[in-house]
Amino acid sequence: MALHQEHVVLRVVAKMLIPMILLFALYVQFHGDYGPGGGFQAGVIFAAGIILYALVFGLGAARQVVPPPVLRRLAALGVLLYAGVGVFSLLSGYAFLDYDAIDPEHPSHGQHLGILLVELGVGITVASVMLMLFFSFAGRGRQ
Amino acid sequence: MNVFAFDALNVFLLACLVVTAIAIARLRGLFAVAMLSGIYSLLSASVFVLLDAVDVAFTEAAVGAGMTTVLFLATFGLTRSRENAASHERRLPALLVSVACGAVLLFALSDLPPFGAADTPVQTHPIAERYVETTHDEVGIPNMVTTLLASYRGFDTLGEVMVVFTAGIAVLMLLGRCSRERAEDDH
Repeated sequence: MALHQEHVVLRVVAKMLIPMILLFALYVQFHGDYGPGGGFQAGVIFAAGIILYALVFGLGAARQVVPPPVLRRLAALGVLLYAGVGVFSLLSGYAFLDYDAIDPEHPSHGQHLGILLVELGVGITVASVMLMLFFSFAGRGRQ
Repeated sequence: MNVFAFDALNVFLLACLVVTAIAIARLRGLFAVAMLSGIYSLLSASVFVLLDAVDVAFTEAAVGAGMTTVLFLATFGLTRSRENAASHERRLPALLVSVACGAVLLFALSDLPPFGAADTPVQTHPIAERYVETTHDEVGIPNMVTTLLASYRGFDTLGEVMVVFTAGIAVLMLLGRCSRERAEDDH
């Protein structure tokens, strides 16, 4: 899988593309309120950027960028963040995942912040699960 | 876009889908099949864009064309990348099963409303109007799809994230970690 010894063109093009892919993922993540997109799409695009890195520069290099133990924790963190917002609204006396609870004075501010947080949770979980899948599939072939 | 161009594009894309599907069924080299299924997803995404479902198209393009193709390719590294030819005595039962499934699907199709019909329950149910009229005041986010998925139906989306998470855990349990990583963890 390691193409980094030869294939200068691939290496240079990948180096130029990867930052843009990651940036686009962040744009899709945080602009999902205004345009198409959201956590699911952003997570997959972010994972695709790292996977491109792994394909061109080798699995080992990608594992150093995002170590698998960190990925496993991040996958759980995303779900916890999402559910945590729900628990917070429960404890504040609102219904589960009713984002009005975040800012009772201005319910629409609360909705904005709540949607941003749960989408972030979705993005973190999806990106790390996709990378976990890729690493566990690609990592087995090398034994 | 005028109606004729819309119809022509739809027919063209659906014809491309059929051609890709036939090519996938006939090819034995699985690398080519993986690439073709990526193309199939991209074509489906184009159909979704034509139907104004940009969020769905986005997901289809990212997951179907991008992620699934990469996972297929990674799997071929573990197995073989060439499909065995089916034996002759299996061909007749396979044909019968395919024809039966196709017939059932066509039968079910006759119950669907015509393409673009305005009087389907999806269009006429009052809940749709309720969402369209009140999202601006209640949530105030321009993308109504995001509002619906993250706020009104936040519990559904939480379930979906749980499914993704559980699937990831299951793959980790099945495929495990590679030996090198395990050695690194132990030190």
